[in-house]
Amino acid sequence: MTATTPAGSWQAARIVLQREWLLAMRRPAQVLQPLAFFAVVTAMFPLGYTPELAKLRAIAPGVLWVGALLASLLALEHLFREDATDGTLEQYVLSGQSLTWLLLAKTIAHWLLTGLPLTLMAPWLGVALGVPLSAATGVMAALALGTWTLSLLGSIGAGLTLGVRRGGVLLSLLTLPLAVPVLVFGARATELAIVGDSPTGALYLLGSLAVLGLTLAPLAAAAAVRIGLE
Amino acid sequence: MVVLLGLLLAAPVAELVDATDLKSVGRKAVPVRFRPGAPWFCMSALVVNNLSVYRGERAILCRVSFELAAGRALVITGPNGAGKTTLLRTLCGLVEPEEGELHWRSERRSFRDAEYHVDLAYLGHEAPLKMDLTGRENLRGLVGLRRDVAPERVDAALGEMQAGSFADRAVRTLSAGQRRRIAFAALGLMGATLWVLDEPVTNLDRAGEALVQTLLSRHLATGGLLLAATHQPLGLDPACCDSLVLAGAVP
Repeated sequence: MTATTPAGSWQAARIVLQREWLLAMRRPAQVLQPLAFFAVVTAMFPLGYTPELAKLRAIAPGVLWVGALLASLLALEHLFREDATDGTLEQYVLSGQSLTWLLLAKTIAHWLLTGLPLTLMAPWLGVALGVPLSAATGVMAALALGTWTLSLLGSIGAGLTLGVRRGGVLLSLLTLPLAVPVLVFGARATELAIVGDSPTGALYLLGSLAVLGLTLAPLAAAAAVRIGLE
Repeated sequence: MVVLLGLLLAAPVAELVDATDLKSVGRKAVPVRFRPGAPWFCMSALVVNNLSVYRGERAILCRVSFELAAGRALVITGPNGAGKTTLLRTLCGLVEPEEGELHWRSERRSFRDAEYHVDLAYLGHEAPLKMDLTGRENLRGLVGLRRDVAPERVDAALGEMQAGSFADRAVRTLSAGQRRRIAFAALGLMGATLWVLDEPVTNLDRAGEALVQTLLSRHLATGGLLLAATHQPLGLDPACCDSLVLAGAVP
């Protein structure tokens, strides 16, 4: 009955991250699907629009960003759903740890498994759209910040749609409008990087969105999950 | 000893909801007032007063009250749909009650108080396990969120539930009873004082039931509290069991 050392917040976060990592290793398809989707969608554009690199380069920022947005939305649907069905979220709520903190850890794990690989893939897919590899740093910085904000925004949406059967479409409808600022500044940063200008200004704005998301989204997600579990 | 007060009483209900309201919800309130057989000097660790839960217009629980002292079990019975699961989930803070207050260790608390949650462990209908992880990995995750547990203690807990032989297989490949055994091994390691169990012995075979019975008895003997909703007898010592009957919908 005597409690030994109670688990600290960092340990709890580490456990959540480890669990997500293990789960991803056991179900690689779930991690690979959004990445494959992103690759296929971007590869469609040279085929469907024009093979001329100059023209493709003009639409490349939009294509990369819309592709990345949709790919991360695909993954978002799984963010809390399985955990809600198998009772893991209930155990999180009752663990005595802050639910906000645990969900943030889970969102970080989600970003590491979807947003980060998408970011790393983007410059290579960009080559097919005429994006020079010299723009890789700018493209990746923009996408890293953008997908991070999206994961956070998506955690709210995923929490809110927990109680909804087949909530995937609703999740997109909730999350995509909120992602508009990310899309605008992200595509701008990418465009500047492609042209060879400094994307710093747009990146700062993306960074501020990422920080705003980090401070507010986990709280909102925790509230949404509590409602969703009832 | 069994104390049972699941009678329909119009008078206390009238304080709160007038009779027409009750009629309109098509359901009569069942106030359950109940004192366990603990000696007077033994403070009840858990006191729940006037707990009411509504789903829209429908009353799921109406003014349920009970007390439970350390070392005692409250066995909640009642027909399907009587609100047993809702009662347990409300006590865990998973469902927001319309009214009702909770005293835990003689302090007034919210049902969502983190300190209260540390003392509480809940097992629902389904074992809260990840299908793709092994039993041992699941156990480490569930318990690790609450406290550090040495691997030897994990082994001991699994051995006690006779789950050692299948603890390293993916939960997906285990039977429902085997999953429950893993969940109970986790429950024993969580170090919570108040166990809230929903149908604890479902899916378990005879041997499993006996193991759970031992686990629960030991929990009570060491001063733990147990709330269990069940249709099947748990086989606990009747001297430390109280009973709460939810009458449910009364036509």
